[in-house]
Amino acid sequence: MAQRNMDLKKTKMPEQDAVERAGNFGEVALGYTAEMAKNEAMRCLQCKNRPCVAGCPVNVQIPEFIKLIAEGDFTGAYDKIRETNGLPAICGRVCPQEEQCEKFCVRGIKGEPVAIGRLERFCSDYAIACGSRPVARVPSTGHKAAVIGSGPAGLTCAADLAKAGVDVTVFEALHTPGGVLVYGIPEFRLPKSLVQKEIDALSALGVKIETGMVMGRVLTIDDLKEMGYETVFIGTGAGLPSFMHIPGENLNGVYSANEFLTRINLMKGYKFPEYDTPVVRHKKVAVVGGGNVAMDAARCAKRLGAEEVYIVYRRSEAEMPARAEEIEHAKEEGIIFKFLVNPTAILGDENGYVRGMTLQKMELGEPDGSGRRRPVPVAGSEYDIELDAAVIAIGTSPNPLMREATPGLETQKWGGIIIDEATGATSVEGVYAGGDAVSGAATVILAMGAGKTAAKAMIEYMNRQG
Amino acid sequence: MNEILKKKVLNEQVKLMVIDAPLIAKKAQAGQFVVLRVNEKGERIPLTIADYDSGAGTVTIIFQEVGKTTMLLGTLNEGDRLSDFIGPLGKASHFDPDVRKAAVIGGGLGTAIAYPQAKKLHSMGIEVTSIIGFRTKDLIILEDEMRAVSRKLVITTDDGSNGNKGFVTDALKQEIESEGKFDLVIAIGPLVMMKFVSRLTKEYGIKTIVSMNPIMMDGTGMCGVCRVTVGGKTRFACVDGPDFDGHEVDFDEAMRRQTMYKKQEEESCNLFRGIK
Repeated sequence: MAQRNMDLKKTKMPEQDAVERAGNFGEVALGYTAEMAKNEAMRCLQCKNRPCVAGCPVNVQIPEFIKLIAEGDFTGAYDKIRETNGLPAICGRVCPQEEQCEKFCVRGIKGEPVAIGRLERFCSDYAIACGSRPVARVPSTGHKAAVIGSGPAGLTCAADLAKAGVDVTVFEALHTPGGVLVYGIPEFRLPKSLVQKEIDALSALGVKIETGMVMGRVLTIDDLKEMGYETVFIGTGAGLPSFMHIPGENLNGVYSANEFLTRINLMKGYKFPEYDTPVVRHKKVAVVGGGNVAMDAARCAKRLGAEEVYIVYRRSEAEMPARAEEIEHAKEEGIIFKFLVNPTAILGDENGYVRGMTLQKMELGEPDGSGRRRPVPVAGSEYDIELDAAVIAIGTSPNPLMREATPGLETQKWGGIIIDEATGATSVEGVYAGGDAVSGAATVILAMGAGKTAAKAMIEYMNRQG
Repeated sequence: MNEILKKKVLNEQVKLMVIDAPLIAKKAQAGQFVVLRVNEKGERIPLTIADYDSGAGTVTIIFQEVGKTTMLLGTLNEGDRLSDFIGPLGKASHFDPDVRKAAVIGGGLGTAIAYPQAKKLHSMGIEVTSIIGFRTKDLIILEDEMRAVSRKLVITTDDGSNGNKGFVTDALKQEIESEGKFDLVIAIGPLVMMKFVSRLTKEYGIKTIVSMNPIMMDGTGMCGVCRVTVGGKTRFACVDGPDFDGHEVDFDEAMRRQTMYKKQEEESCNLFRGIK
C-alpha cells in the first residue's frame, strides 16, 4: 500500500462557484475524483478499535470500506457499505457526519477527521455511474410485511426485511416514493435522480412500492392484517408543519417550509410553467428558523431569484441546529443572517399580501431544557423589515392520520408514537414504528437506524408466530 | 386503477367522470375528497367525491373547467388513465341524527358536492329541502338527482332564465319564513355564497355547515396551504375539514387566499389554450 497521508486537513471537495450556483438548482458539492478519494482514504489510520463505527447509527464498516477505496476497489467499497446501509449515496450527502462517525475519528484529535461522508458519497456515485449490477434475490420465506411511509426509515426497514426473504410492500402517501428525501431536501443538496436510483435498487431486491396510498384513510392496520401482512412498520415521518401563531400568519405569501419546499422539490415548481405547480418568485423573503430546513428554504428562495433572503433566528449562531456546512454554504450564497430576533407579527398590505415583518430583539438567558441558552425578549426593541414573503421553518410534528385510524396505538402528547426503543414495537401487537414518527423531526440516518432495529424485531416476531 | 370508465358532459363547463378506484370507493364517505394528478408534470388538485359505489369500485368526480388542470382533465376520455387518484381524504361529514329538517344549498358546481350530503341526509330519514342556484338555465346540473333525495327542490338562476330569478339566499329566506326553521343548513358553493348563507342563518340561529375548498397541494396535512381561520383558530381544511361551522369561518380571509396564485393560474391557462 502507498504511504499514509498525514495531512491534517481533509482533501477538499470541489464545489460549484457560490455566485453561479445561487442561480441554479444543480448540486452544490461536486464530489471527489478517484484520485482525491484515494488520497483521502490514505488518511485513515485503520484503527483497531474503530471508534467511527460506534458513531454510525447503521453500523457501516467504515475502516473496511475506506481500505477498499485506498486499494482502488471502489465498487467493493460500495458493496461493503451496502451490507449495512441501503442508501449510501444519500447518507454520503445528508448525514451530519461531524456529529457521528467523523466526531469519533482519531485523526480529528489533531486536525480534521477523515472525510468519511465524502468517501461514502464518492464510492456510491462511482458504483451507481457504473450501472446496476445483478442483485442476488433472497429466496422467499413466505412471510409478508407492510411498511407505511417510504422515507429513510421505511426504505431501510424494507431493505432489511427483503434481504431476509420477507415479501415487503411499501405504502407511500405521495405520488413519488422517498418521503422527505424527495419533498424536503432540495435538488442542489440531494439530486432526485439519485434517490430514484436508490429506490430502484430496493425494487431490485424485490420490494414492492405502492404510491398514492394515504394509509389510515385508504387502508387501516386491520385491513393490512386481513390482507395477510403479518407485521407492519409505521415510518410516516413528521410531516405536520408548526406555525408561530402570530398575527398575519395567514396572509398571502406566508408559507410553511413544507409547502415552500414541496412546491419546489417534489412538484418541481421551479420549472413552472413546464410543470403545473406554481411558485411565486418573491423579491424579499424571510425564513424563520435555524435548522437545516430553514437553510434549504432560504437557499431555494435565492435560487428562485429573490434579491434579499433573510434567516431570522431567535438565538445566536452558536445555538443554530443546522449543520455548519449548510450555514457556510448559505452564507456563501448571500443569505443574510439575522440572529437574536423573533417575529412578533407579519404585516400585510391592503390586499392581504405580505409587506413586512415585525422583529423583536432577543438576548440569551439561562440554558433551557435543550441545554441551549434561552432567548429572552428585549422589551421595546421591536422594528419592522420589508418583505414580500415569509417561510416558517420552526419545526414539524408527526402526522396524525395513522394514530387517528389505529385504535390502541399509544402516542406522546405531542403526537410521537410510543415504542420500545430496543425493538421499535408499539402498543399494538405486530406493529412497529421508527424515525420521525416516533422521535419528532430528526436526521435521515437516525431514522434509518430505527428502521433497521424494527426490521430485525419484525423478522423475529414473524418467526415466533411461525 | 385510475381509469376513466365513464365521461359525461353536464354543461358547457362542467363534466362528470366515473373513475375506477376500488380501494377509495370502499372507504369513501360523504364530505370527503380525492387529490388527483393528470400526468407526470401535473399539479395535485383536490376534488370532492360526488358519488361512490363500493360494489362497482368506482368514484365519481364532477369538475368545472376553471384552470389548466381541469381543462386538461376535460380533454381526457373513457379508457384514459389518470396519473394519480388519491383518497379518500378529509373528514367525513357527520350529521346529528336528531336533525329532522335540513336545507341543503348548492351554488353552481357546489351542487355536485352538496348532492352526496343531501343523499346522506335523505338516507338518514331527514327531511331535506334543497335549494340550488346557477347563473343561468343552461348551467343547471344534477336536477333529477337532487330531486330524488329532496322533499322539495328549489332552483334559482341569477338571470331568471328558468323562471325563478334570484339568489339561493333569497330562496332560503323564503323557505324559512314559509316552512319554518330548519335544524340544519348545509351550504356548498362559491365562498361569497357560503358567506351570505351563513350570515342569513346566523340571524335565525340555524346551525350551518359549509364545505371549504381552498388551494391544496398534498391534501394530507403536510403543507398547510389550505389554512382556514375558524373561530379565530387556524385549521387545515384537508385534515380538520373540509366541513366547518359556517358561523365561525373567516370567509374574507378565505376569499383572499383563493387568489394567491391568480397570476400563475392565468399564465398556465393561456399557455394551455395556446398549445391547444
